[in-house]
Amino acid sequence: MTEKRKTPLLDELEKGPWPSFVKEIKKEAEHNPMSNDVLGILERSYEEHISHWKHGGIVGVMSYGGGVIGRYCDLPEEFPNVREFHTYRVNQPSAWFYTTKALRHLCDIWEKHGSGLTNMHGSTGDIVFLGGSTESLEPCFAELSAEKEDHPSFDLGGSGSNMRTPSCCVGPARCEWACYDTLDACYNITQTFQDELHRPFFPYKYKFKFAGCPNDCVASIARSDCSVIGVWKDDIQVDNAKVAEYDKNGTDVQAEVCDLCPTKCMEWDGKTLDIDNSNCVKCMHCINLMPKALKPGKERGATILIGAKAPIIGGALLSSVFVPFLEMDPESDYEDLKELTEAIWDLWGEHGKNRERTGEFIQRVGLSNFLEEIGLDPVPEMVMHPRTNPYIFFDDEIFED
Amino acid sequence: MPEFERQTDIGPPHYEQFLPEVIKKNYGKWDYHEIIKPGVMVHVAESGDKLFTVRCASPRLLAITSIRKFCDIADKYCDGHLRWTSRNNVEFLLTDEAKIEPLIKEIEEYGFPVGGLGAELSNIVHTQGWVHCHSSASDASGVVKCVMDELFPYFSGEKRLPAKTRIAYACCLNMCGAVHCSDIAILGVHTRAPVINHDDLPKMCEIPNLIASCPTGAIRPTTVDGKQSVEIVEEQCMYCGNCYTVCPACTINNADTDGISIWVGGKVSNSRVAPKFSKLAVPYLPNNPPRWPEVVEAVKNIVETYAANARKHERMGEWIDRIGWPKFFELIGQDFTKYHIDDFTHAGETFKRTAQLRH
Repeated sequence: MTEKRKTPLLDELEKGPWPSFVKEIKKEAEHNPMSNDVLGILERSYEEHISHWKHGGIVGVMSYGGGVIGRYCDLPEEFPNVREFHTYRVNQPSAWFYTTKALRHLCDIWEKHGSGLTNMHGSTGDIVFLGGSTESLEPCFAELSAEKEDHPSFDLGGSGSNMRTPSCCVGPARCEWACYDTLDACYNITQTFQDELHRPFFPYKYKFKFAGCPNDCVASIARSDCSVIGVWKDDIQVDNAKVAEYDKNGTDVQAEVCDLCPTKCMEWDGKTLDIDNSNCVKCMHCINLMPKALKPGKERGATILIGAKAPIIGGALLSSVFVPFLEMDPESDYEDLKELTEAIWDLWGEHGKNRERTGEFIQRVGLSNFLEEIGLDPVPEMVMHPRTNPYIFFDDEIFED
Repeated sequence: MPEFERQTDIGPPHYEQFLPEVIKKNYGKWDYHEIIKPGVMVHVAESGDKLFTVRCASPRLLAITSIRKFCDIADKYCDGHLRWTSRNNVEFLLTDEAKIEPLIKEIEEYGFPVGGLGAELSNIVHTQGWVHCHSSASDASGVVKCVMDELFPYFSGEKRLPAKTRIAYACCLNMCGAVHCSDIAILGVHTRAPVINHDDLPKMCEIPNLIASCPTGAIRPTTVDGKQSVEIVEEQCMYCGNCYTVCPACTINNADTDGISIWVGGKVSNSRVAPKFSKLAVPYLPNNPPRWPEVVEAVKNIVETYAANARKHERMGEWIDRIGWPKFFELIGQDFTKYHIDDFTHAGETFKRTAQLRH
């Protein structure tokens, strides 16, 4: 074991009520030389105001193109135990539920093969094993994926230009608002596209996120190339006796519910909440405020939105409506979503530029061209409003009939 | 021979084996939920079954020692079940209400306080920073730790907010997290063009790819000392760092000029108003480890100004839209500068095109 690193700057981050990541690193640094060197090199960053990590080279496990991010430090002589400090993305179970037995199994593997440091979880959703040597990659993966009688097998998630590890909200497992089974859809899509998840064939990354309702607890509309957001078509279920209870117990139904409704489709006379459901945009505000009294309707499915991303390269985008309502029935094996996905991948795969996300591709080729190639009819739900500029590419077909 | 058989493409383990019995029994049949006290909620099923959730803070970066401790606690109180949230909180799932208080006592004594539900601050989702990332303009975990130390009363429920408030942190423009749609986004920024290592570049990088990687066309091919390389038109560079990710010989990290910007008013939920991007509030603050006082002060100021001025249920962005940006800048005491005016693609869409102004 190398000498314990001195970290006067980082020690300052052990103070205060919020849990300290420095304490976390120190817990492993007691007995793990890699974590001890992480402390040292991070202290150096705190002194010098700059990162000491270099670009990853190509590292991975046999037959996979993604799942491991190569990472090397730029001071290998001084911090030899983090000379190589690669990340594994381990595909998390749907909605991040665990048994302690499964978690301990993961901890045992990571104690044996790596730094003992994790991210629970990474931004895309994976369990992140933070820091392993090149030599450890293959044995660690073999042990993770091994079929063992009483332990679940874990696989790696995505990295690079592939389908990234899909993730979902807690859904029907513990939420009364889930409009479809997010856990099942996420699991099903992940399993179906294993090849696309592990072998980068795409122009760039492609993310799926499954949110059970328009509250979008997984931020799908901001962060996924394909956002699947649960929604209903029919009327909000109302229990007026319970609305009255809320009113009695301190919720000002007129001010807090009706007046804040974005389409003003509700009226409250002190006894009955009257909703013009044809004008409801399913924003969830009233349901969020009175979960005992109001529920989403019974005819449920999802809105499919396409093309969200963070700024790099062409600027940030939110997903935009692609299919206003899609049934998300497990009986159909999510066939429609899969067909749509394959059509998008075919088109973007062939014509997308290097490191061009789907959303940027659509901006470049135009949504109407994109729809035509995918085989979807345009509908007014896709736009905020129709075009305002008259420079229109007319086809001959407009003269037919 | 190893004692196990390596497998590939098996996918994640099926979630069902990790669900508590009460969830399996009531899957898809939850009736309603209530927040009982800060950090604790109950979900009631149509069957009448109750599931209690205790939500606790997490620095996201966790040692396996801590995870094992969580396991011990979950074994003792939760029949061996727990989960994480999309914002990296840890959630303990119980059916026995009597076990809630002993669980909270034990987890808080171990250093993981309980809170973060409803109109409170939840965990700050964040990126790797200097702990593990090559392109970080700042640290992540350290800034987050200091901001949450200062805003802790808004997590624990001691102080209330008008509505749910989501802070996110990204250490560069790559934004590994929903930083661009958060009530408050703290974003590491580079402020100078990359420095090119002309010796390494031809060996490490494909020049056409490198040129194509620049969103503003600032990179041009050139020859230096007889070697093929590139030059950067500094006036055109917006410091996104994409070229550095494509080519390690274009170093963008700069200890003297990297820093932090602050953005406000974004959201992802569809509740009341549509999802929104975060907008620039503070263009630049210095990296000042270990306690990042300028950033902590700026974020605290925005949170407290919002808490004092917004109406009930009004998210940060809704509040700003109601009072207008001039008033917002006045209230937070921030000068409006040329940096607040967009000059990238579609910038014109952000210009004000009405005489409806507050005088």
